[in-house]
Parts: sequence; structure tokens; C-alpha cells
Amino acid sequence: MIQSNMPALIIVTPMLVAPILVFVRHRIVARVLAIATAWWCFYLAVSMAGVAQDTPIAYDMGGWEAPLGIAYTVDAFSSLLLLIVSGIASVVLPFGPGSALLAIPEGKNNLFYASFLMCMAGLMGIAITGDLFNVFVFLEISSLASYTLIAMGKSRRALMAAFSYLVMGTIGGTFTLLGIGMVYQLTGTLNMADIAQRLPDVIDSPATRVALALIVVGGSIKLAVFPLHQWLPNAYTYAPSAVSAFLAATGTKVSYYVIVRGIFTLFGVSFVFGTLHLERLLVPLALLAMFVGSTAAIFQTDLKRLLAYSSIAQIGYMVLGLAMANQAGLTGGIVHLANHAVIKGGLFLVVACITYRMHTSKIDELGGLAQRMPLTAAAWLVGGLGMIGVPTTAGFISKWYLVMGAIDRGWYGIAFAILLSSLLAVVYVWRVVEVFYFREASDKSNLEAPADMLVPTWFLIAMTIVFGLYTPWSAGLASKAAALLLAAS
Amino acid sequence: MTPEMAIKLSLALPLFGAAGVIATGKWPNVREAVTMIAAFLTFGTVCTLYPVVAAGGRPELYIGEVLPGLAIAFKVEPLGMLFALVASGLWILTSIYAVGYMRGHHEKNQTRFFTCFALAISAALGIAFSANLFALFIFYEILTFSTFPLVTHHGDAKAIRSGRIYLGVLVGTSVAGLLFAIIWTYAIAGTLDFTPGGILAGKASGNGVALLLALFAFGTGKAALMPFHKWLPNAMVAPTPVSALLHAVAVVKAGVFTIMKVVVYIFGIEYLTDQGASQWLMWVATYTLVVSSVIALTKDNLKARLAYSTISQLAYIVLAAAIATPAAVVGGSMHIAMHAMGKITLFFCAGSIMVGAHKTNVSQLDGIGHRMPFTMGAFTLGSLSIIGLPPMGGAWSKWHMVLGAADADQMFFAGVYMLSSLLSIAYLMPIVGRAFFIAEKLPEADDHDHGEAPLLCVIPSVLTGLGTIVLFFIAEPLYQLLLPIVGVAQ
Repeated sequence: MIQSNMPALIIVTPMLVAPILVFVRHRIVARVLAIATAWWCFYLAVSMAGVAQDTPIAYDMGGWEAPLGIAYTVDAFSSLLLLIVSGIASVVLPFGPGSALLAIPEGKNNLFYASFLMCMAGLMGIAITGDLFNVFVFLEISSLASYTLIAMGKSRRALMAAFSYLVMGTIGGTFTLLGIGMVYQLTGTLNMADIAQRLPDVIDSPATRVALALIVVGGSIKLAVFPLHQWLPNAYTYAPSAVSAFLAATGTKVSYYVIVRGIFTLFGVSFVFGTLHLERLLVPLALLAMFVGSTAAIFQTDLKRLLAYSSIAQIGYMVLGLAMANQAGLTGGIVHLANHAVIKGGLFLVVACITYRMHTSKIDELGGLAQRMPLTAAAWLVGGLGMIGVPTTAGFISKWYLVMGAIDRGWYGIAFAILLSSLLAVVYVWRVVEVFYFREASDKSNLEAPADMLVPTWFLIAMTIVFGLYTPWSAGLASKAAALLLAAS
Repeated sequence: MTPEMAIKLSLALPLFGAAGVIATGKWPNVREAVTMIAAFLTFGTVCTLYPVVAAGGRPELYIGEVLPGLAIAFKVEPLGMLFALVASGLWILTSIYAVGYMRGHHEKNQTRFFTCFALAISAALGIAFSANLFALFIFYEILTFSTFPLVTHHGDAKAIRSGRIYLGVLVGTSVAGLLFAIIWTYAIAGTLDFTPGGILAGKASGNGVALLLALFAFGTGKAALMPFHKWLPNAMVAPTPVSALLHAVAVVKAGVFTIMKVVVYIFGIEYLTDQGASQWLMWVATYTLVVSSVIALTKDNLKARLAYSTISQLAYIVLAAAIATPAAVVGGSMHIAMHAMGKITLFFCAGSIMVGAHKTNVSQLDGIGHRMPFTMGAFTLGSLSIIGLPPMGGAWSKWHMVLGAADADQMFFAGVYMLSSLLSIAYLMPIVGRAFFIAEKLPEADDHDHGEAPLLCVIPSVLTGLGTIVLFFIAEPLYQLLLPIVGVAQ
């Protein structure tokens, strides 16, 4: 029963628990319920991934078959996304109750958990559904929930950040909806598999190109592809720390999924890159993102902002990977979803530990942090090495595939640019390391973060090393996903 | 002990040592004992591999694949054997020396110091034993990051600045050059295994080979080829044991070792000479060799002078690798050991002078030979070996390198080796001369009366000094050990 209905359960469970949580006023009960739901989803994601990485799982919602009903499909690519979203949620939710309490208005804990679960359900829904309109619905569910989550930030600017994200997000959502509408008009179906079959017949129609443009641009806004990234730094900076960690690790990733699905599964590589040469637009933008994002990160004075700008650069790597449209490159882009989720999620949790104890995330006020919070500072160091892409860390695996993909395409200059831009990460990571380790703290008393914050933080940080050495669940899955996507088109 | 176990242990023992050092950090004597035991055991383990390799065996250890086709695996061949013997053997003496130095100098954070030191040795052995470029690169980067806290040991503004240059140059070159070259190699050859005869033959040609070699040569920043040499003089802010073992032996030798391995096992010396792709590298190496020798002449600070001397000696080995005749390659590889023994002696002595006499500059050393006869005696032996005079080990390696240049009809480069010997006389012998033949100036007001450095500093210096003579007499087995790498049967 559970076995055969897993694709439905993974979405339905959090969606059912969320409204229940609204009525659960008891702080601990709400928390336990939310954590249990996230862990349950993660369990489902793992069980499905075990099967789906080799043979995709097809599931008809409510027993209605495809053109009429909504089909869910779980293949290697979607299971990777499900793993990322539910996995990160499972780590972030247990992260210190203190952190959540600090930022969230008294008595609204249950609402926080409810929004969190809705956001998680929406993000997973995008990855699992085989129905294009359903993608839009889940996109809006996750977006609305994330606006709420960001607005819960302690600072008043959180409202403004959430609002500008709302405006940008809505524009992006509208673009996507228009694109989906046009695809429907062209093909007469919303089922992705059917669309993929019928689009070649109308591939020469100008409407096809407009539809592609709308879906790519709409997705790019939500993905924060340079130069559509303006909403991201504020949203990540002013959101509650645990929310930043969750959204940075998962939110943009799902938009990447939408774009990749659109390009590879629906429109097809030969049309998008062969006829339209979309790479001529995406590659320069990706390179700009890598260099501008990383350079901007170097000059930030606030840790959260630094991480936010670094995210923009990392998104550049992912986009670059998909623009290569070959096995190694696409694998690199997709595996970087997972690797970056773990690294950036971990680093945002580090910052959450720091703000909880030091009440600031301004780099200049954190001199000598290694003396006061040795484990937290060490977590920054290890996570930072992952961000740089030092061998034995997850970042290295991504870098390897991306450079490999560029060389396979004969793009030697771009391969070199990937490596050069990763050196910028050395600068922004090491700048902070120097402040933590080489400055003297004015007060040397121990302020180490509590265990319930340190354990989740170090769990993600440790995963950066694990994914640098043991890769079947990251690069292995990504490579299968890439093979599937390239074979389909 | 099976050879496989020996590989495992020689990598793990320094790590256990590091853990032990952390655990016993509160009791300095126990802590130092832990380092010493780890060093002895590591060297002993490495030694058990020698007979196997000398007999033609190539012990292997397979850990696992990180990505399909890219494995962390080890395979001990003669070149790596030699490097491992040098690094682990000198670790013992350096540990003894470090105890004397660190205590004599009242250094702080000694636990961190000994921990990182042990980690660096483990990484160096990892480089020595790596079976493919992928594994080598991993340990190469670990070596960079584990030595960073040693370079910035003092934590002052100067140390931080030097640390930035250290990390910037080494990480920068390795990522933009070495990693690029490795991935490129993998893309065209489909493997990264070190294979006798190379893996690139027929897969790249002409300018492609030259470009790839350039990425490897400049990407290996640890080899300190100009213009990527600045990190080495800057690394001299570290405590002297670090300069001695890491920045005269383990780290820099890891650099030239990488270049040598790439030339022999990735390009293959025949293929490289056929393509004529290394001609330009000979000129770059020559430039580095001559210019750094001249800079060494101008340095009054003793450690800075030795650092530039190291850059020049590393360029010897790179030049030999670029000439790529069998004799040159064997000579260059021998020079890894010969220079290590000589240069570590010189650094030991420089440190002893700092601890015993609080002097750092060459110009202050007038007559110091009478106060510190053992130290300066060892310094003389080390200098002679660097210059390459018999009966010092340095004579043999230089002999083979010159022979190798002559084999390739590169008489100009044979001449370069000769010229640089003259230059090394010019920058080393005046120090010896001052120490023994110029009378000490009248003590200044703040000068203090001093004798020899602490015993724990003097003994290792004298031992390595004598070691240069020993190497002269045991050069034959080394030569025999190395011959198979150029395809000559034992």
C-alpha cells in the first residue's frame, strides 16, 4: 500500500500535516510533527530513488490515467531533487529551536512550521509531477510559502525583501504560466511526455520559440540567473537563518529543474541548442554570474550577504553546465545542485550559529571567533574548502565534471574560466577564515553554539566531505539523470 | 608485513601521530615522544618497501573510486620510493631538531605545529605513492592546506601576508594549471594512471603537447618555477624546522617530483623528446636557475639566501626533466635526495644560529665558526654538497645531469649546470669564509656571549651534514634503484 503509493504520499503527507499544524499551539508538538513529516518524506525519497535511478516510476494520481488525470513520474533527475529538498528539510528543521524562536514572533511557531512544510511540499511537487500545469501550481505553492517564511525575519527589512521577492517571483511565475499556456495551445496537452512527442510537429512555429523563451526567462527569474538575481541577496540576508539555509539549498534548485526539464525533455536539445543556439545567451550570462557574483561576494561586509552573492556565482556554474548540453557538462550542472545544496546549506547554518551567539553576522565584528566558537569556526573552514572546490570535498566533484564538459565541447577558454573563477572563492572564504583565526577576540570566553545547532550544522558540513569521496548518490545519480535527459532529446 | 600493509601504515602512521600529538598536547614531553615514535615507525615502514621495489616489485594499494575511472590508489615505483625515503627519513631528524628549536625559541602553539607537521608528512607520502594523477592532486592540495598553519605560525601581520601569498600562488597555480592539465589529460587519454612509457603518445601532438607541459610545469607551483616562485621566500617566515623539512624537502620536492612523474609516466621521455615539446621549458628552467642564483647572492638574510638557492636547485631538476634523456632523468631524480640532504643541513644550521646566537643575517656571522664549530662545520659540508663537489652526494646527481645534457647534445645546458655551480660557490662559500676566517667584531652592547646551539639542534645538523658524505658512497644503489624508470632493466 505504502510501497505503491509513495509518489503520492511524499507530496500529500506534508500538505496534510501543514493545515493540522495551524491548530497545534503546543510548541514542542508542532516541532516534533514537522520534523517527523520531513523525515518521513526523506525516507520516501530514499526508497523511491533506489528504484527510480534505474527504472523511472510512473504513477497516476487518483488512478486517472495520463491525458485525463495527473501523472507523477520519478526518474533519476526528479529523485535527486526529492532527496535534496527532503534531506535538507530534515536537517534544517531540527536545527536549534532557539534559532527559529529568535526570529519568529511569539506564538507563531506552528505557522512557521506549517509554511515550511507547504514550501517543502511545493518544491517536491515540482520535481515529481509529469504535468506541466501542475508544475505551475506547485511553483506558486512553494513561492507563496517562501514569501511568508522570508517575511518572518526579525529585521523589518525582511518585509521589504519578501515583498520584492514576491514581485519578482510573481513576474517569473506569470512568464512560466504564459509559456505553459502557449505550449498547451500548440500541442493540446499538458502531460509532459505527450508534449515531448507532439512539439516536434510544431517546432517551426514562432509560438514555440516564444513559449520556450517564456519558460526559460520565467525559470531564470526564480533561479536568480544573472542579471535577474536582484531579489536574492536581500531575501537570503533578512530571512530567518534556518529559512535562508533551506531556501538557498533548495529553492533556486527547483527552478533549475524546471528549466532543464523544459529544455531537454520538452523542447529537445537539437532545437534549443542546435537551431536556436541558446548557449550563446546562457554561456556569457553564466560566466558573468560566476565572476560578478564571486567578486561581489569578496566585497561584502556581512556573512549572509557574502553567501548570497556566492550563490549567484554558483548558479552560474549550474547554468553553464546545462548550456554545455553534453554528458559531462550536464552531469556537472546537476551534481552541483546536490553539492551546492549541502555546502551552502551547511554554511548558512554556520552563520545561523554565529548570529545566535554573537547577535551579528558582520564580518568585522567576528574577529577571533575561532577562540570563542572553535567548532563553528572550523565548520566555516571546512564548508569554505568545499565551496572553493578543494579535492576530497563535494565542490571538487562539480568542478571536475564542469571542466570535463567544457573540454569535451572544445571550450578550452571556458574550462580555464571555470577554474579561475573558483579561485575567487578562495578569496572570499579565506578573508573570513583570517578574521576568525588571526584576529584576537576582545572577549575570549567560550560561546560555542549549543549542541542542537552544532549537530545539524556539522552533519551538512560533513556531507561536503562525504560527497567529495563517495559519489554514487550525488554524481552517480546526476550522471544517470544527465544520460536520461540527453537520450530523451 | 605485506607491502600493501606497509603502504597503508606509512600513510596512516603520521596521521596517528597527529592524533596522538593532539591528545597529549598538555604534556610536551609525551607529545614530542609521540612525534618521535611516529617518525621512527613511519620511516621503518617505508624502509620495508625498499627491498621490494629494488627487486623490481611495484606494490599496490587500492582504496576506492571517487568517480568512475578515478581512483584513490597507490603504487610504489622507484621515484616515489626515493621521495618517500627522503621525506620520512628526514622527518626523524627534523623532529629531534624541532624540539630543540621550538623550545629554544620559546615558540607558542607547539601542539598545532607538531600536528600539522605530521599531517604534511602523510600528505607528502601520499604524493610519493600515488598511482595516478588524480590521487596525486588530492594529496598535493592537502599538503598545501596542511602547511598553511605552519607558514602563518606566528600569526602576526607579516605571517598573514606571507600566508596569503603562499596560499594564493600554490592554490592558484594548482587549480588554474595543474588541475586543468589533469582534466585535459584525462579527456584525451581516458586514464590518469602513471604508466611506464607514458599515456599521451599519439594522443596529442606538437603545440598541444607543449601547452600541456606548460600547464603541468607552471601549474606545479611547488616546483617554484619563475614567475611562480614568490611563495617560497615568503614561506621563510615559518619556524626554521618548517623551512628545513617542508620548504627545502617535502613541499618543494613534491613539486619537482610531480613534474618528474609527469614527464616520465604521463608524457613518456621518448615521446616528449620526439615532439621537442620541452625545449622551451629548458629555457625557463635555465632562466630560473641563473636568476635565482644571482638573487641569492644579493640576500643578506641567511634564510632568504637559502630559499633562493632552493629555487635554483629545483630548477636544476626541472631542467633535467625537460632535457628528458635517461641520464638526465635519473640524475634529476637523484638530485631530489642529494639536494634534500644538503639543503636541510643548511637550514638546520641557519636555525641553530638563530636559536644560539640570535643572528639572522650573513653579515653578522663574522667569526661565528669559532663559537659554533659543529654547526658551521655541518654548514660547510652541506654547502659543498650543494655546490656539487666530491666526496659529497651532490656531486653524483650533478654528474648525471650534465651527462644527460651532453647525451642530448645540449652542450649549452651542460654549461648552465657548470655556471650555476660557480654561482652557488659564490653565494655559499662567503658564509663559510666569514664564519671561520674573519675575526669576530667587538661585541655590541646588546650582543650576548654565546656558544653552540642546544644539543638537540646541533646533533641533527651534524648528522645530515655527514649524511651528504654518506650519500656520496651509497649513490650506486640509488642509481640502480632509479634506472628502471627510464626503461633500463635492473
